[in-house]
Amino acid sequence: MSLTHSSTGMSVGKKELAVKRKNENDRIIAIAGNPNVGKSTLFNALTGMNQHTGNWPGKTVANAQGYCRTAENSYVLVDIPGTYSLSAHSPEEEIARNFICFGHPDAVVVVCDATCLERSLVLVLQTLEITDRVVVCVNLLDEAEKKGIKVDIGRLSDMLGVKVVGTVARKKKSLRALTDALDTICTQNDNVYRIRYPDEIETAVGMIEESLSGGLCVPNKRWQALKLLENDIALIAETEKTAGQTLSEADNVECAVKSAREYLERAGIYKNRICGVTAAAAVSASENICRECVAFTKKSYADFDRRVDRILTGKPYGYIVMLLLLCFVFWLTLYGANYISEILSALFSKLEVLLVRLLDAAAAPVWLKGIITDGIFRVTSWVVSVMLPPMAIFFPLFTLLEDVGYLPRIAYNLDKSFKRCRSCGKQALTMCMGFGCNAAGVIGCRIIDSERERLLAVITNSLVPCNGRFPAIISVISMFFAVGTGILSQSLSALTLTLVILLGIGMTFLVTKVLSRTVLKGVPSSYTLEMPPYRKPQVLSVIVRSVFDRTLFVLGRSVAVAVPAGAVIWIMANVNAADGTLLSACADFLDPLGRLMGLDGIILMAFILGFPANETVIPIIVMAYMSGGTLTEFASLSQMHNLFISNGWTWVTAVNVIVFMLFHWPCSTTVLTIKKETGSIKWTLMSVILPAAIGIILCVLINTAAGIL
Amino acid sequence: MITLNDLKVGEKCVVKEVSSECSLHRRFTDIGLIEDTNVECVGMSPAGDPKAYLIRGAVIAIRNEDCRCVLAELCGGDRE
Repeated sequence: MSLTHSSTGMSVGKKELAVKRKNENDRIIAIAGNPNVGKSTLFNALTGMNQHTGNWPGKTVANAQGYCRTAENSYVLVDIPGTYSLSAHSPEEEIARNFICFGHPDAVVVVCDATCLERSLVLVLQTLEITDRVVVCVNLLDEAEKKGIKVDIGRLSDMLGVKVVGTVARKKKSLRALTDALDTICTQNDNVYRIRYPDEIETAVGMIEESLSGGLCVPNKRWQALKLLENDIALIAETEKTAGQTLSEADNVECAVKSAREYLERAGIYKNRICGVTAAAAVSASENICRECVAFTKKSYADFDRRVDRILTGKPYGYIVMLLLLCFVFWLTLYGANYISEILSALFSKLEVLLVRLLDAAAAPVWLKGIITDGIFRVTSWVVSVMLPPMAIFFPLFTLLEDVGYLPRIAYNLDKSFKRCRSCGKQALTMCMGFGCNAAGVIGCRIIDSERERLLAVITNSLVPCNGRFPAIISVISMFFAVGTGILSQSLSALTLTLVILLGIGMTFLVTKVLSRTVLKGVPSSYTLEMPPYRKPQVLSVIVRSVFDRTLFVLGRSVAVAVPAGAVIWIMANVNAADGTLLSACADFLDPLGRLMGLDGIILMAFILGFPANETVIPIIVMAYMSGGTLTEFASLSQMHNLFISNGWTWVTAVNVIVFMLFHWPCSTTVLTIKKETGSIKWTLMSVILPAAIGIILCVLINTAAGIL
Repeated sequence: MITLNDLKVGEKCVVKEVSSECSLHRRFTDIGLIEDTNVECVGMSPAGDPKAYLIRGAVIAIRNEDCRCVLAELCGGDRE
């Protein structure tokens, strides 16, 4: 859930990778590999970029490219999505394969997981069928060593016939071998390992290979023949597109394929079994290689992981631990945020005095002073001081969980529940990403293979509060529902917050269930979910990364919204309309609906103005209230509390604000992302209207119920 | 002969056949779940489904109903 431009929807929707060279001599290097083997970490270390990394498969959904220089060459590195094979069953695999086949990379680096080399090698062998220009990078050597797994790099290199380097991507020094290997990569290589298929298949492949002319754009004839034999429709179509000629037009090719298939049928290998036979050959080839190159010195190398898994994902603790963890994260967020918030507000009130003096000295007109100090400065400083601290704490905590490898376990634990709603556990992953940022969550939905389940996950994503809405919910909770002082009050707030989150999660289930029985009818699809080994998180880099990549990005966006919003509010509060100010006129207009929902016109207006960034909703409310009253000083939550009380807030108002904060329309970035990801106005509208309707109905119900009581 | 979903936590088996009617047949091939593969069941989610299997060095969660089309033969392991 990286919150960079590329991942929040600004550059998505492309099926092909467009590579930009910095200069003509740049060599293009594709970085391929299984999911979650450290491709992005490697990519970051080589390019000095900050592509988001995390310990779960499928995290890199937006493609990244970066530049890297060695003494001899300059390279463009392309981080392609992680895949298990090149047989292109999913869009990611297709992107990966198409890039290796038709993107003309000068070399392909296949990153392998040293702790799980056997499976990684299948992809290596498949890549070697397409191109000889491969460097194999056995990554995570440190982890393997800890587990007592020894990889004989030299032997592996001899067997594969290409350069093999061992790396620890987290340690930059170990990457020297990789860049050296890239510099010396050969264009011609006759020693490359080839998968040996059963004799019948080899003969059939030979028959087709003979018929192929040199004109086709695929780098390797043998491989092309194999794919024709397997009847790989996607690849054949892509080849035809690139070659500009249809294969079926070439009579001799079609003829050869036909007779090759007939030959196989006579040998007992029927058409529908060809793929299975070839794939099995690749798997057993890598098994054989591993038998010679990998030694397991510890018999039970994964005992620790299994023990932890038994607690985190087993009966009876799995659910309890999940809840406690959620609660703990919130408690820590609340506890820490309070401190930072106070420090920041004190700082900002001092700055405000300075700003006023400065404007006085410049003899600025009264209206300008108003806009700048009472409008822009105040809204912005509240956004920063109230909204920033929870983000700055929650983001790193969440990233730590992600780094350790806990997120896929959540999906594993919740799969059954999601299956009951006719969806899949991967939705739990995208939901968790939604806690960080709904737009990132929506993009993350690409990991879900089934179209129907992906739509379910997209539409329900904004039912869990993102980091922009968290702080608002937190501040309302601490103002209205924190009785007592110290630890007790914070624990109580954390508990309330957990309940709010559970409401969001519960609603996700409910809506998913209802949707999959109505507009998105269907049965749950099948899928496999990889559970990565637990990894020690890189605490320091997590903190640095989440502050710079995520918190500052979100903060920048909310400040960019807060500045004009502050100015607009001030102008509205100071321009006279029919009777009263423009602000009161607008608030009066929205008031009836607001009252019906147990809110008021101002709150509703703040929600509308907060469409570009939800972080600004509470500051806008405060600003609007203050412009009408005489309060001029504001430093802490308790003063904010008083301000709200004097504007008629009760606990019912607070509950409704929380509920509506949880369920209303997604922010503008998310809406745009949904449009890009689904490519459909219908589903985009659905994702806007559905949560809004839920919020409005719930608020009206709560208000009515409270009225009766 | 058992089907993979019958495997209890701690038990091991050798895959004998992956039915071609399996909806996950291709995915299984990708992760190396083919004939003669050793599989160990290493965990069960709190709800009992899916279960986690150790397949060629990686832990992979598969739903019980998707395991039904994988035929296997028990080969020891310590049942808990």
